[in-house]
Amino acid sequence: MALTQLPLTEQVVLTLAALILFSSFLLLAQSRIVSLIHTFAWQGALLFAVTCLMAVASGRHHLFISAALTLALKVFFIPWMLRRLVVRLDIRREVETVGGSSLVMIGGGALVLFSYYVALPIRELSFLATRNTIAISLAVVLVGMLMIITRRKAVAQVIGFMSMENGLFFAAVSATYGMPMVVELGIAFDVLVAAILFGIFFFQLRSGIGSLNVDHLNRLHEVDR
Amino acid sequence: MTALYLTLLIPLAATLAFAVIGHWRHAGTLNLLICVATFVTSLQLALEVFAGGPLMSPGKLFYIDAFNVYLILVNALVGLTTAIFSRPYMAHEVAIGRVDDVRMRLYHSMYQGFLLTMLVALSTNNLGLLWVAVEGATLATVLLVSLYRTPESIEAGWKYFIICGVGIAQALFGTVLIYFAAERALPGAENVLLWSVLKEHAGQLEPAVLTLAFVFLLVGYGTKIGLVPLHNWLPDAHSEGPTPMSAILSGLLLNIALYAVVRYKMLMEPALGNQLPGYLMMGFGMLSFSVAAILLHRQRDVKRMFSYSSIEHMGLMTFAFGLGGPLATFGALLHMIVHSLTKSAIFVTVGHAAHVAGTQSIEKIRGLIRTQPAVGWTFLLGTVAIAGFPPFGVFTSEFLLFSATMKSMPWLVIPLLVGLTVAFAGLFRHLQPMVFGEPPEGQAPVKANMLPVLLHLVLVLWLGIAIPDVLARWLDQATIMVVGKGLL
Repeated sequence: MALTQLPLTEQVVLTLAALILFSSFLLLAQSRIVSLIHTFAWQGALLFAVTCLMAVASGRHHLFISAALTLALKVFFIPWMLRRLVVRLDIRREVETVGGSSLVMIGGGALVLFSYYVALPIRELSFLATRNTIAISLAVVLVGMLMIITRRKAVAQVIGFMSMENGLFFAAVSATYGMPMVVELGIAFDVLVAAILFGIFFFQLRSGIGSLNVDHLNRLHEVDR
Repeated sequence: MTALYLTLLIPLAATLAFAVIGHWRHAGTLNLLICVATFVTSLQLALEVFAGGPLMSPGKLFYIDAFNVYLILVNALVGLTTAIFSRPYMAHEVAIGRVDDVRMRLYHSMYQGFLLTMLVALSTNNLGLLWVAVEGATLATVLLVSLYRTPESIEAGWKYFIICGVGIAQALFGTVLIYFAAERALPGAENVLLWSVLKEHAGQLEPAVLTLAFVFLLVGYGTKIGLVPLHNWLPDAHSEGPTPMSAILSGLLLNIALYAVVRYKMLMEPALGNQLPGYLMMGFGMLSFSVAAILLHRQRDVKRMFSYSSIEHMGLMTFAFGLGGPLATFGALLHMIVHSLTKSAIFVTVGHAAHVAGTQSIEKIRGLIRTQPAVGWTFLLGTVAIAGFPPFGVFTSEFLLFSATMKSMPWLVIPLLVGLTVAFAGLFRHLQPMVFGEPPEGQAPVKANMLPVLLHLVLVLWLGIAIPDVLARWLDQATIMVVGKGLL
């Protein structure tokens, strides 16, 4: 079915889904730390837009609370906190060369294909307006994981971690109109605590190993050499 | 019901209070008293459930049955005995200047916070809240792993945070899929993320989605169980944190993650009508068991060695739950108790041994039995128990597991026996010189409270010689819950 034949809401949701996935790829390739944080904030903003749209379309008003939480946490608080930490740790100008960036991008593309393959059995039985979204949210989760694997800077890894969390939130919103409220609140609390702990860890890493480059974390081995 | 609320509220209040007064001179004693209170209320809860059957809280948020109540009790007991150990141990750490006031506040607050998240994970009926609590347990312990701020401990903390965070995210995706399947199958129904509701309607859920969900859940919670190949964080986190933390991480946290997987398996197996979840668990379990047994040999840090032993035992339990059937499940449930008790006892002893020798390096710990016989002997006995010698309880549960395997899949007994032998050799080649070797000059005994260790070992011995009738019936109830058929 062509995109234009779908109802308008679905078209918008699918477009936003595509943009969220696109922002994931931007995160994957972005080498400047400050731009990375800004891209992450934009991804949060897109997520906020989708959540609001779903809330209006489905008439489930508890989704507005989730949307507000997203706006507060992922668009404002976490990017603000990361930015402040980056300034305080004086790593604003650091540029991270992503090793083999074209390979990484191809890997990301492969993960998207894989996600569609995995989500195939679900797509066929879904009556939901938004069929592609589970595949896309899984792709966002996996691309976030790829980012954690390929990046060497602790800040970039944290952003990968948080963007995985964005993918999960997107899955919950688009597939099931959000989780039950108590769970949503619990997850938001966990994300908030995780963000603060990551901030603490930056300082520990700086004072403990003298850098935020995780390549320097090489003292513990599975077997002794 | 009051007992349940108290069991949850006491640690919650303590978490908040210790954030302010955790560095107080008597905070260790207070911590101990709080653990006593939690233990008493959970005992009360257990008796209620044992007498009156499963309990459901009015909002259906909490659900206590035979399966989780005994784990709650084990949780509270190990929390209590570890608190007995933690008091002098942390006092010693403060005295030698390894931790300051701020970190003591963090330590005591998070000790209770960790117990709280585990109790919530065990008692909740809501599968989403289960995830929140398991993730909460990671968050509570991650700063404790890096408590000493050495480069190694910071590395361990970071690894723990990232690997467990990524892993557990997969479990959330699995949970979302379950919710998705439930919403499709039961339109308009309320609270479809509740375990009790899902269990009732398991047959109506879409198998394709459930299969996919289980894979994600197993990978996610499996990371927390420490299943190979997602185990890398475990030895680091267990070896670099303060020893009381190692004891409760190894004794309790791993059990909670396994509990979550088994809950899902209970849901999936009737719904799918096939053995897939069981086979997946058996595969990962066997892999972890074998790999950990081999890696035991190559360790130089005594706490790392015993964390590999934890991976080995968790693998064995995952295998047994995967095998299914009343005998294997009964054995696995028993193994969860005896492993928790024995392993936390060992970590406590190892903590004392490390204080005696002033290091955790296996090569430098020598002649414990000559320097401090109490530590040396309990170290020896604990290791004998964990290696699965009769008459200790680990032998009993492993014997049950092996009999069950012999019955349904006899060929698998061979790798199991080989694995046990390899693990035994690995433990004892390191243990021998640590206990019997020549003590270095000037090695002096330390002040040690062996009460928790003795208590645990006596309990394990008791379970090995004669399982009390009450406990046997209790475990049988849990077995009926898990596989639908009892052993007795």
